[in-house]
Parts: sequence; C-alpha cells; structure tokens
Amino acid sequence: MCGVPGPGRLLSMIAIEHLTRRYGTQLAVSDVSFTCTPGTVTGFLGPNGAGKSTTMRALCGLATPTSGTATIGGRAYRDLPNAGRHVGVLLDAGAQHGGRTSREVLTLSAMVLGVDRRRVDQVLEQVGLAGAPAGKRVGKYSLGMRQRLGLANALLGDPQVLVLDEPANGLDPAGIYWMRGLLRDFADRGGTVLLSSHLLHEVEAVADQLVVIAGGRIAARGSKAELLAGTGTLVRGLEPGRLAAALADAGIRAVPRPDGALVAEAGAEAVGRATAAAGVVLLELRDADGGGLEDLFRTLTQEPGGAPAPTPAAPRPLATQATEVRS
Amino acid sequence: MSSSMVTSGPERVLPAADQPSRPSLPLLVRVELRKSWDTRAGSWLLLVIGLATLAVVLVQMLVVRDVVHTTGDHLATSQLPTAVLLPVVGILLVTSEWSQRTAMATFSLVPQRSRVLVAKVLAAAVLAVVGFAVSLLVSVLATALTPVLTDRESAWTLGTDVLLQSLLVQVLYVLVGVALGLLLLSSPLAIVLNFVLPTVFGIVTGLVSALSWVQEWLDLSTTTAPMFTGDLTGGGWTRLGVSLLLWLVAPMVLGWVRVLRTEIS
Repeated sequence: MCGVPGPGRLLSMIAIEHLTRRYGTQLAVSDVSFTCTPGTVTGFLGPNGAGKSTTMRALCGLATPTSGTATIGGRAYRDLPNAGRHVGVLLDAGAQHGGRTSREVLTLSAMVLGVDRRRVDQVLEQVGLAGAPAGKRVGKYSLGMRQRLGLANALLGDPQVLVLDEPANGLDPAGIYWMRGLLRDFADRGGTVLLSSHLLHEVEAVADQLVVIAGGRIAARGSKAELLAGTGTLVRGLEPGRLAAALADAGIRAVPRPDGALVAEAGAEAVGRATAAAGVVLLELRDADGGGLEDLFRTLTQEPGGAPAPTPAAPRPLATQATEVRS
Repeated sequence: MSSSMVTSGPERVLPAADQPSRPSLPLLVRVELRKSWDTRAGSWLLLVIGLATLAVVLVQMLVVRDVVHTTGDHLATSQLPTAVLLPVVGILLVTSEWSQRTAMATFSLVPQRSRVLVAKVLAAAVLAVVGFAVSLLVSVLATALTPVLTDRESAWTLGTDVLLQSLLVQVLYVLVGVALGLLLLSSPLAIVLNFVLPTVFGIVTGLVSALSWVQEWLDLSTTTAPMFTGDLTGGGWTRLGVSLLLWLVAPMVLGWVRVLRTEIS
C-alpha cells in the first residue's frame, strides 16, 4: 500500500468521482466512485454490459462523462502532457491495424512517447513476442498474442499506472499466470493497476482491492479481505439442531445450507467458542469461501430468484447498452 | 524483468519535476506520415500512384506524337494520377483509425484530439507536396528524354503559374479527401463517395441548364480544371473559393467537431 503521504505524493492515483455517463435516456454508468492507490491492483468486476468499459473509456479521455470526474494523479487524462508516459492503456486488444507488424505498432507508439527504440525490444522481450512473432502482421495474431502486444504497448512508456480492460481474454492458463505475476510485480514496485474482468479467479488471485459494478452502479467495493470476510463461517455439526440452537443462544445469526451445514455470520473463533460452550460436536469449521469471490460476484449480480440479472440496481433497458458489447 | 521496470522504484506517483514533454507537432506529423505507408495497403497505394505517374507521361511521350510537348504539358498530365489517387491516401489517414479501430490507441497516447487531426492535415499536405515533386521530376525527365527516345524535340517551357497552381490543387485535393474522411469516418464509404459524389454532381449540374451556375461555382472539378495548366485567374479564384467552402471547409468543420465529440470505442 501507499506509504506516508508527503509533498507531491498522492494517496489515490486513480480517482473516479460520481461518474455518470448517459446515452440518450439510458444510463450506462451511474454515480460510480472509487479510487486506486499506488502499490495496489484493483479488480474491476462486473458482468457484460455493466459499465466497466464505459468507466475506463471515461478515465482515459475517450468518453466524456455526463457528470462527475475521472482523474489520474489529480489531473484529467486529457491534461496529461504525454499521457502514455504516465498511464499504460489497453482497452481493446483487438483494436489494432491488422496490416502492421507488432514491432511497427510499438515503434509508432515509441515515437509519440519519445522513448528509445531499444525500449521496443525490451517490451517485446517482456511480453514474450521477441523474435519471429515481432515481425508478423498483427492480423495473423491470435487474441492471446494481441493481448501480449497490447500489454507491451501499455508498458512501453514505463508508466506509473496501468488501465487494462479484460487483459486476460484469450490468454492461455500459462499466459494468465504470467500476466498475474507481471501485474503483481508492477504494483509491488509502486505502480497502480486497474484491471477489469469477468474472469473472477483471475482477479481474485491478483487484486488487492475489488470494485464490483452491475447495471452501471457500484454493487460492492473494498479490499479483497473485507469483501470476502462478509461471506461468514461454514460450520457443520454432528447434530444440526443442537448446533443451530447453540449459535442462536450465542446471538450468532446462521443460515442453513442445503447440505445440512450452516453459514454463520461470525468469525471461526466466535463460532467455535459458542459451540464449545454448548458442548456441540463439530465436524467442520472454516471460512465459508466456497467459490469465494465467485459466490460474491454471483450474489451481487443476480436477482434473488437466481436468474442472471445484468441490472439489479437499475431499470431494465440498461442491460441492452450497445456500448458494452465488447466488455 | 526489464531494467526499466526496475528503475520504476517503489511508490512512484506522477512526479512534478521530470514531466515528460508532450510530443511536438512535427513529431506527430512524422508519425502520421509513417502510418500512411507502413501497412501493405498504404505502401501499395503510394507505389501505384508513383508507377501511374510514370506510365501516363511515358504514354504521352511515346504515343501522342503529333505535338511538341513542353515540360508544362508533361506536368499537367503527370499530376493526374496523384490528383485522382492521393485523396484516397488522405481519406485513409483518417478513416483507417476507425475502420481498423486504431483510434483508441492513437487517442490514448494523444488525448488532445485536435493535435492528432492537425498532424493528419499537415501529413496529407506533405504527401501532396511530395506527390507534386514526383510529378515535376517525371515531367523534367520526360522533357529531357524525349529527344533521346523519340525522333521529336521537346520544349523546356514551364511557367510559375503552372508550378504554383499545380502544387496548390494537389494540396487542395488531398485535403478534400481528409475532410471527407473526417466527415464519414469509414474507409469504404468515404472512398466510394469520393469518386461518386463529384461525378454525379457534375452530371446533374451539367445536364440541367438551369443549374449551370451551380456547376460553374460549386463543381470542384470545374473550378479547379484551369489550375492544372496554371490558367486560373481573376473570377476563377472566387469560384474556386466558393466551391471549396462546399467540398473542403464544410465537411472539414463538421467532421472535426464530430471527432472531438464522438466517443472512441
């Protein structure tokens, strides 16, 4: 996390404040606020059409907010003199000219950024595209290779911030593992990473902070530990009736699961003490992680009935936002 | 890990002191010029323009034998391929960013969109100047080689008016292409309309006699025709200006505003 704030040092590198983006009568993003601090990876989660890409485009000056602000290092993206030296952006790996080689794509970027051409070879090496792949036309690339090129492009200006929209799409498991390490390393060196995904396991493994968006609104936000702690403790007893009574006596709310276990809204120690005091025999006592973030994600983005609901917090038409087809 | 990752150091926030300077306009122009030829389509198009310039002058030199050609005659002919095809390069300078979806990367690196557009306009103008220079070179070569390759003489006649007006018309044509590209933001649409619109406009205004004033004042091929031979004078300049309002200024302004306002995705 960020150290002691000093002169010229900011607690939050990325700040989204009350961001709203309206298309005609439709709200794509509604009153979204969150911050990302240096040294952390923020996972930006949500189902397709939730408003992730719109938020990221607004952050990078590609979309104009209807209201609210999005700043990087306290400044609007458009006010950054040489944006790519501060912020590495990858919003759509597919959006590259198929007729250029990846070396040429990076050379064009290097010219604009004003970085040494040797830096092109460095980032090609870093993302595993050095050698023959660098001379191939991007049109012949797989999506995974395009993601690597996009990441190379984002890293080229040696930025302090990375903004990546679905960077794991198309990567094979080894590629995802590699990218996770790269982002973790970037953050550990003081960088700020904002990455969106619907690949929950990917985000769970690398993120320090989570922002879950659904229907254009923030559904949950906090550190990974905080959000996952809310899922409670799973406890299974030899006699479920006595176990439930013991928890009730101790003032711990618990919800039964179909398999006979209970999910208690308390820590493992509190549950353990309560059941020990009542002399209840336990068969299982652990954090009710289950699918972990995936459970959380499903809960937050589904209607109570269990049917997928892209827009739990907003009127229906939002789900059909055409602007989010690629997110 | 690369060395630059190591030099990032811990807890780096936007440093107030070592602000990387913004890319200069000449640099952005160089980037746009490079984009015009670094794809297969772009390099082929430019090569075709060059070859066609050579070809038309060769044909004029070797086939049209009953007149003595001046350098000015050759220049009037050698410019035609550039005049017809270079506007397509101008269109693609703008529209390929949308058709190939590179606009996101371009405007992420340079979020001040007008700077990118200015660079594209200047790059297009540079290409027109280069195209003109090639035409001129070919014309000079043709004049020099006519006595060598054929049994006729040639005349080294080339007025300042031809030079300046030819140069200007090439620049104007390619900028009309850029303007159309800005307005439409689609390669196929802009290229087709670039060829179809003036033709249809010319036919309609030519057929209907009541519209002859429209042709005289608004048909770009009519108002620019004298420029290829350096014969634009007096009221011709006014008519040129009026036709450019329709074909250059209006689409450029509308397209510019569109690009500034549109969401890049």
